[in-house]
Amino acid sequence: MNNKEFQIVVLAKQVPDTHNVGKDAMKEDGTINRAALPAIFNPDDLKALEMALACKDALKDIMPVKVTIITMGPSRAAEIIRESMFRGADNGFVVSDRRFAGSDTLATSYALSAAVKKLGKIDIVFSGRQAIDGDTAQVGPQVAEKLEIPQITYAEDLLYVAEDEIVIKRRLERGVETVKTGFPVLVTVHGNANDCRPRHAKLLMTNKKACSVSEVLERQQSMEDMEALWAKKPFLKIEEWNADDINPDFERLGLTGSPTKVKSIENVVLTSKENKKINNSESEINELMKELVSAHII
Amino acid sequence: MNNILVFCEVTEEQHIAEVSLELCSKARKLADRLNSRLDAIVIGNEIENIEGQLYPYGVDSIFYLSDSRLSFYQTLPFFSTLTKIIKEETPDIVLFGATSVGRDLAPRIASYLRCGLTADCTSLEIGDHTDAKTKTVYKDILYQIRPAFGGNIIATIVSPETRPQMATVREGVMKKEIYNENHKGEVHNLKAEDYVNEGDFCIEIIERQIEAQKINIKGAPIIVAGGYGMGSKENFALLHELANAIGGEVGATRAAVDAGFTENERQIGQTGITVRPKLYIACGISGAVQHRAGMDQSSKIISINTDPNAPINAIADYTIIGDVMDVLPKMIKSIKN
Repeated sequence: MNNKEFQIVVLAKQVPDTHNVGKDAMKEDGTINRAALPAIFNPDDLKALEMALACKDALKDIMPVKVTIITMGPSRAAEIIRESMFRGADNGFVVSDRRFAGSDTLATSYALSAAVKKLGKIDIVFSGRQAIDGDTAQVGPQVAEKLEIPQITYAEDLLYVAEDEIVIKRRLERGVETVKTGFPVLVTVHGNANDCRPRHAKLLMTNKKACSVSEVLERQQSMEDMEALWAKKPFLKIEEWNADDINPDFERLGLTGSPTKVKSIENVVLTSKENKKINNSESEINELMKELVSAHII
Repeated sequence: MNNILVFCEVTEEQHIAEVSLELCSKARKLADRLNSRLDAIVIGNEIENIEGQLYPYGVDSIFYLSDSRLSFYQTLPFFSTLTKIIKEETPDIVLFGATSVGRDLAPRIASYLRCGLTADCTSLEIGDHTDAKTKTVYKDILYQIRPAFGGNIIATIVSPETRPQMATVREGVMKKEIYNENHKGEVHNLKAEDYVNEGDFCIEIIERQIEAQKINIKGAPIIVAGGYGMGSKENFALLHELANAIGGEVGATRAAVDAGFTENERQIGQTGITVRPKLYIACGISGAVQHRAGMDQSSKIISINTDPNAPINAIADYTIIGDVMDVLPKMIKSIKN
């Protein structure tokens, strides 16, 4: 057994569930009402977690493997770290600070890369291809660039992994491509990849008390009790990093670090054209089809 | 320089990709507005007649790198070439297709150059911008326009201070238009050793399986599209039946694709394909703005929906209020008779 610990990082994000947008999701002024949207584990990131855990399964007999989750967001994002621990992740960090507010993808990838750098030498960074609240798919390649490591995007399947190389099948628009590379590497995982394994009953029992300092304060639990528990079981402490902790160039964070600015936003107003109502009856539908045929549309 | 650079992708068939020609057409208009030069960069392995493929769309100069190792796209060699060319030519605007290649390459370049990048723009315009706080006026910058926040708003994004201004655009969003059949430019041949590093080939392509495009939504004159309201994969069969009867193709909304009702390739909308058929039949589609962005240029739209207030009805020429599973068989029966 190799003594060197193989380090895997998963970049994950808690996102508003844009697929379950209810009527109260938009405020009167047309801005999004985040409080009305349930927060979920970004679906592609869950698949990235699965690929990370599959690597761990494949490598754990030859060397120790650690899977660390990094998430940037409000303190409640600790939820997805706990969720990851129930499925096999070892630990996680919530990177949270008001000074990150207004970050575009460039400032976000800068902060994330600074957090990854703080962990030291990393072998693989996994992330979902894109987040459902932005759909830009930019953060993965940008973190790879900032870490100065190669990137493999749209990973659909992990074909092989050993201590010095990885073989991945990528999903392209018109087919698949199989690529091989060494470490370190950043891999973004496509939505077609394997679903994440369910929670493991034993891990759920072991980790259900895992939480962060912010969560203890929010729940108004006794900090002393938690400190005592963390002293006995340090893995139950979900660490929180603020901007100072990741040693950044502060100019590159948040709004000042974001080159893109929103110039204006417009509520979508539908332009109505002449609309003909057709009754759901055989005769009216028949008339419509006849009209389309005679107009050479069909 | 205030020139515009378009990254031109090469297809499996060794042609300049449609999306790149569409971008050149749009970029030519922006270049005319800015009184600037339109540059294109092509990277590949012995591509035939790139001048003939690009000049008619108004390209003034082509930066061309040909190397036997670059028959297929690889991130790092392309990244090294593009970042070096951008530093040398200092374009004001750089545009990419929002393809699997463009979406892999553009963010890495934007990160390296520390400039802004807006994904999946549905419109690009030139205009002025006044910073709300400093009152600084930025002249003739790129408006990068896209739906945002669940599609309930259209956002205009600008990157006033950093250069180049970068954007990706999906295939089909811009119109491919010949600028001038006789337009001529110049080709600059780039030497691989000046732009690419040996270390850039650290990811080895072992195998590629590329399928010919089977589903041709974009070229279909008639599209029968289903949304989440279709209810199931089985119900989608009815759409195929109608599409076959009237010579159309089947499309879908993102919600329907995500629900597993049909293939990814059929997705129409901001994050799918943009279509302009002569007839679009929207079945069980409420009409979120991202979906409408991909089909609102259709000549005729028929909406079939149980909800009389569905947003899709506002852009439909005909609305049938009713259950798709009830209406579609009537349409099929009518056309078969």
